[in-house]
Amino acid sequence: MNKKMVCGKPKIWKDPPGAAMYCPGCQHPVIDRVISEVLEEMNIDGKAICVLGVGCHAFVQVAWDLDILSCAHGRALDSATAVKRLNPDAIVFTVQGDGDCIAIGAGAFIGAMARGEKITTIMFNNTNYGTTGGQLAPTSLLGQKTATTPHGRDAALEGYPVHTAELAATFKGTAYSARGSVHTPAAYQRTKRYIKTAFQKQIDGIGFSFVEVLSACPPNWHLSPIKCLERIGEDIVSEFPLGEFKNEDSTERLSKSK
Amino acid sequence: MTERMFVQGNEAVGWGALYCGCDGFFGYPITPQNEVTQWFAHEFPKRGKVFLQSQSEVGSINMLFGGAAAGFRVITSTSSPGWGLMQETISHCVAAELPCVIVLVQRGGPGAGSIRHAQMDYITATRGGGQGGYKNIVLAPGSVQEIHDLIQLGFHLADKYRNPLVVLMDGILGQVSESMEAKTIEFEPLEEKDWALKGRERQEDGKSRLINAAPGVLPLPPYPNYISWLKHMEEKYREMEGSELRYETYKAEGAELILVAYGYTARVSKEAVNMARAEGHKVGMIRPITLWPFPYDVIREKAMLGCKFLVVEDSLGLLIDDVKIGVEGRADVHLVGILDRHIPTDGGMIMPGRVFEEIKRLL
Repeated sequence: MNKKMVCGKPKIWKDPPGAAMYCPGCQHPVIDRVISEVLEEMNIDGKAICVLGVGCHAFVQVAWDLDILSCAHGRALDSATAVKRLNPDAIVFTVQGDGDCIAIGAGAFIGAMARGEKITTIMFNNTNYGTTGGQLAPTSLLGQKTATTPHGRDAALEGYPVHTAELAATFKGTAYSARGSVHTPAAYQRTKRYIKTAFQKQIDGIGFSFVEVLSACPPNWHLSPIKCLERIGEDIVSEFPLGEFKNEDSTERLSKSK
Repeated sequence: MTERMFVQGNEAVGWGALYCGCDGFFGYPITPQNEVTQWFAHEFPKRGKVFLQSQSEVGSINMLFGGAAAGFRVITSTSSPGWGLMQETISHCVAAELPCVIVLVQRGGPGAGSIRHAQMDYITATRGGGQGGYKNIVLAPGSVQEIHDLIQLGFHLADKYRNPLVVLMDGILGQVSESMEAKTIEFEPLEEKDWALKGRERQEDGKSRLINAAPGVLPLPPYPNYISWLKHMEEKYREMEGSELRYETYKAEGAELILVAYGYTARVSKEAVNMARAEGHKVGMIRPITLWPFPYDVIREKAMLGCKFLVVEDSLGLLIDDVKIGVEGRADVHLVGILDRHIPTDGGMIMPGRVFEEIKRLL
């Protein structure tokens, strides 16, 4: 009987696999896998420089066989800006969490979009600070119980969830912005297409490209992995709709004043 | 190639950087160093080099973190409030062993203080101003020519030790114009930056690189644990201390009173020494060129010979602490400071005449 490998690990995932530290049911490594597949299929992993923030997303640094820079919390896009400007032929992308990107890193994020940096950012949104024990994030849903909102997020006290992909789309320097998820196989495939498109925008030199990806966090959501996927499909997607928010094909359209 | 020119101290930063192969400048506007940023904006892009105005000083220093990690010679310039904002990532540069040059053109503090000259950031510059008690070399030029020269030495030493380096100036040095010779200064050869990020396929050995500022969080080779990495850092600090001390002595031989000053107040002090010597007073000066490492030994030798000390610095007294460490209680240490300016405004300066008065009072 001939045996055929139908699903292996991505080539850029170092041996032994599983070196990265993720909780059972965490979807961060699933999103890492999507990114790995895209880099390999586009054949850009060899000239990629990955810039990481601080948070669970950054544990991938021990697993990926890529040139990687691990930055100060929130500053990945500042550092990536210099890497790309000094080394325009490299494929430069940041992987950041929602807290890293849109709370402490909001200034760097907005600066990079305002300048239209030719960088791709993948933001993992798990609606809380996973590494530090599940505190309130800008993306936490109204009513969401976190370590610092024990009675649930109250709009009067903590404001409303921040819509990062929609915000990114408002910047003229942004060529592409989308939000995906990996809670179903179909969503996984759509997200893969979004990430591929985002890297293509960088290759084409059009502008900043951004993909937000929803991610499950079972220990801090206090839900089983299966229940987490249900929560994404219901509550989270109704707050954070999936889809593309901006897709520009030329710098000409970006530079027009409306 | 050598160019003779008449330029401002702030512009000398640019010429020094250009002549030693600096690849990129990242900075944010702040007085009194704006001419530095503007010089790079005018001179770097037309030479195919990178100039970028960041969205904040936090942005500037993190751009240096990225540029240095990619193996390029990168520099930023700021003044005191911006210096405060940069501390976190200067510490990260030390931890990740990323070489870069930070120019600090000091202004009056604390807070927004004044937008004119002062020397009030000595402690944060020399003691590792950010988290974690690190060390970095601090170079203190005393003239426009020396700014140009020390920027080049700064890049060399930053690369040699894989550590950020601070060039500590002040608003007077930044704004003053003098004659200067711009040229490339030769130093001992440096190792290739084979640790830099380029993309795996561009690495000579085809192996990927990881640069990380948290060796205690994710212990990775060559440091299997946090303490083994700290031991490596300690050895590097000791090597910098042992090999990179620089200072100038001026008429210090046989002196009974030694002035200690850096930057613009060293120029003032030199003039005061001349005034005093002309009247037969036995006065000399020690001018630290590296503020870290600091010339404690030469200060101590003078203290053991019975010298008194007069520190001249445009602050309420910060450098004076290092002089006190150096004398180890063996000598009196006095201060002419910011309260001794010739007029009580932000534009006031410490004048040679005031220093001379103090010299006569002490002798």
